[in-house]
Amino acid sequence: MRVNGLEVEPVIGLEVHVQLATRTKLWCGCPLEFGAEPNSRVCPVCLGLPGALPVLNRQAVEHAVRTAVALNCQVAGFTKWDRKSYFYPDLPKNYQISQYDLPLASGGVFEFPIDHRFARVRLIRAHLEEDAGKNVHDFPGFTGVDLNRTGTPLLEIVTEPDLHSAEECREFAVQLQRLVHYLGVSQANMQMGHIRFEPNINVIIHADGREHRTPIVEVKNLNSFRSLHGAVAYEINRQVEAWQADGVTAASGNKSNRGWDDEREVTVPQREKEEAHDYRYFPDPDLVPLTIDAAWVAELKEHTPELPICRTERFISEYKVPAKDAPALVDDRATADLLDHAAEAGGDKATLAKHFLSFWARRANERGQTVAGLGVPAGHLAELATLQASRKINATAAAQVADALLGRRDAAGATTPSPAKLAKELGLLQSRDEDQIAGWVNEVLTKNEKAVQDAISNPKKLQASRGFLVGQVMKLSGGQADPKIVGELIGKRLGEIAGGR
Amino acid sequence: MPGLIDEGQVRHIAKLARLKLSDDEVRLFAGQLGDILDHFKQLETVNTTGVEPLAHPLPVTNVLREDEPGEPFAPDRALQNAPQREGSFFKVPPVLDQGSGA
Ligand SMILES: [Zn+2]
Repeated sequence: MRVNGLEVEPVIGLEVHVQLATRTKLWCGCPLEFGAEPNSRVCPVCLGLPGALPVLNRQAVEHAVRTAVALNCQVAGFTKWDRKSYFYPDLPKNYQISQYDLPLASGGVFEFPIDHRFARVRLIRAHLEEDAGKNVHDFPGFTGVDLNRTGTPLLEIVTEPDLHSAEECREFAVQLQRLVHYLGVSQANMQMGHIRFEPNINVIIHADGREHRTPIVEVKNLNSFRSLHGAVAYEINRQVEAWQADGVTAASGNKSNRGWDDEREVTVPQREKEEAHDYRYFPDPDLVPLTIDAAWVAELKEHTPELPICRTERFISEYKVPAKDAPALVDDRATADLLDHAAEAGGDKATLAKHFLSFWARRANERGQTVAGLGVPAGHLAELATLQASRKINATAAAQVADALLGRRDAAGATTPSPAKLAKELGLLQSRDEDQIAGWVNEVLTKNEKAVQDAISNPKKLQASRGFLVGQVMKLSGGQADPKIVGELIGKRLGEIAGGR
Repeated sequence: MPGLIDEGQVRHIAKLARLKLSDDEVRLFAGQLGDILDHFKQLETVNTTGVEPLAHPLPVTNVLREDEPGEPFAPDRALQNAPQREGSFFKVPPVLDQGSGA
């Protein structure tokens, strides 16, 4: 890309912290609850009291392994826990339990579609660690510390610097959020800070026939896609301008941290204490290692759903869904599963997808639910789609049957008549009886001489007049005539009239 | 003899540990820490060829618990040893930046 008249290549790696969807903390049974009274979800373990006995949460490990597998990582057979030491009021033990040299997972690759291609991002590692508490600054002259968040399980995922633009970073983040939500390993709620990003950014500038690398900047603690995109875009420009002004290039020791000012939309230097990064990692003597054997990984793998990017591609080809609509079918896993089940139950796929995107989506929306949340059985969805696909009812009638189905269900409880029965009851079944339809056609043609004349004598009006006549026949039949047969019969009759018969 | 740890290293470690040491203490601890390290140096004489590094002294792995909530402390109990509190918060001197996060 070009910045300030220079050919530049941004080089960006991401550190991502994903909060895992467990009921309790990583090392103790304190419940995780957003917005609880300060220091009401703490115990000796997460307060760092002497003699406390941390015990690892199995669910957190399983969520981490599931994610690692989905990201094509190597899950370590043997992994252990290390202390990362630093002093801060939100860290009561004065160390964080993390993983240093033997992380839970390493390697891996994540591919996602962007601009009609697949971007490929290699992963360095993924490891489990505990979150810190919260410093609250809205007091005069002092800071309040709430330790409810300490010990919350986080999966830290670190990528290689394989991202090359702010747009790529944002799309990676969006797709990763989608993935962990789909896997059920994280609630992945951005507003609640469940996913945080820290991009490492520098820029290769091509000038004077050489490559100049700007000093690396890490932007801390970004918790929205917008701020991630904004911070990376801002840094790319800032670094190019800084290099133009001072010519300083990357060297050991000149990496720096910056924060993102959401209001002014700029990155700002962060005050850093000297020696801040001397974390003195060492193995935690209180915590025993964890072994993860192939059988455990296989068991977790077995319950891994089809991943959202693959499923989107499949829905586009299998259900003939426009690419822009596919995420609406995929993103709620239960709804996507229901669509697949309805197809397995014999429903016509393209029609099913159309129904899911139109009237089922509307009704779900009105009720503040997902399509799956409407609770219509897959068999009924399939039958309704097939009724329409085999032209026994038309699209409008299908929507009416859907409403009747929901209405009956709401009134009578779980069991409702099948869509076929409802369509019959409501008189919505299309007539494919050619004699009956011919009767309706003749009646309409007799009553609408002007349209008939336009259709046979004025080529410019042919389309409109025919459309009008088809509409009249449909209306006369109360929507029951098969529109395809109506069209054929009208064409045939008009030809006969034009031929003087 | 020159110790295994010099006074500069003692000051560095003391700073990381938020300990304020007098010059006398720095000299004293440099000697003592050096003696301790010197004592452990004996381990270097052991032949470890072909021995796997030890990750943990106990032959135990996979101590896990189910994800079932326990009973946390009430805030009063959590705060009972705090030098200062404000409502249910620990009260500490003002911290300027955004927090360490993780
Ligand atoms: Zn706890």
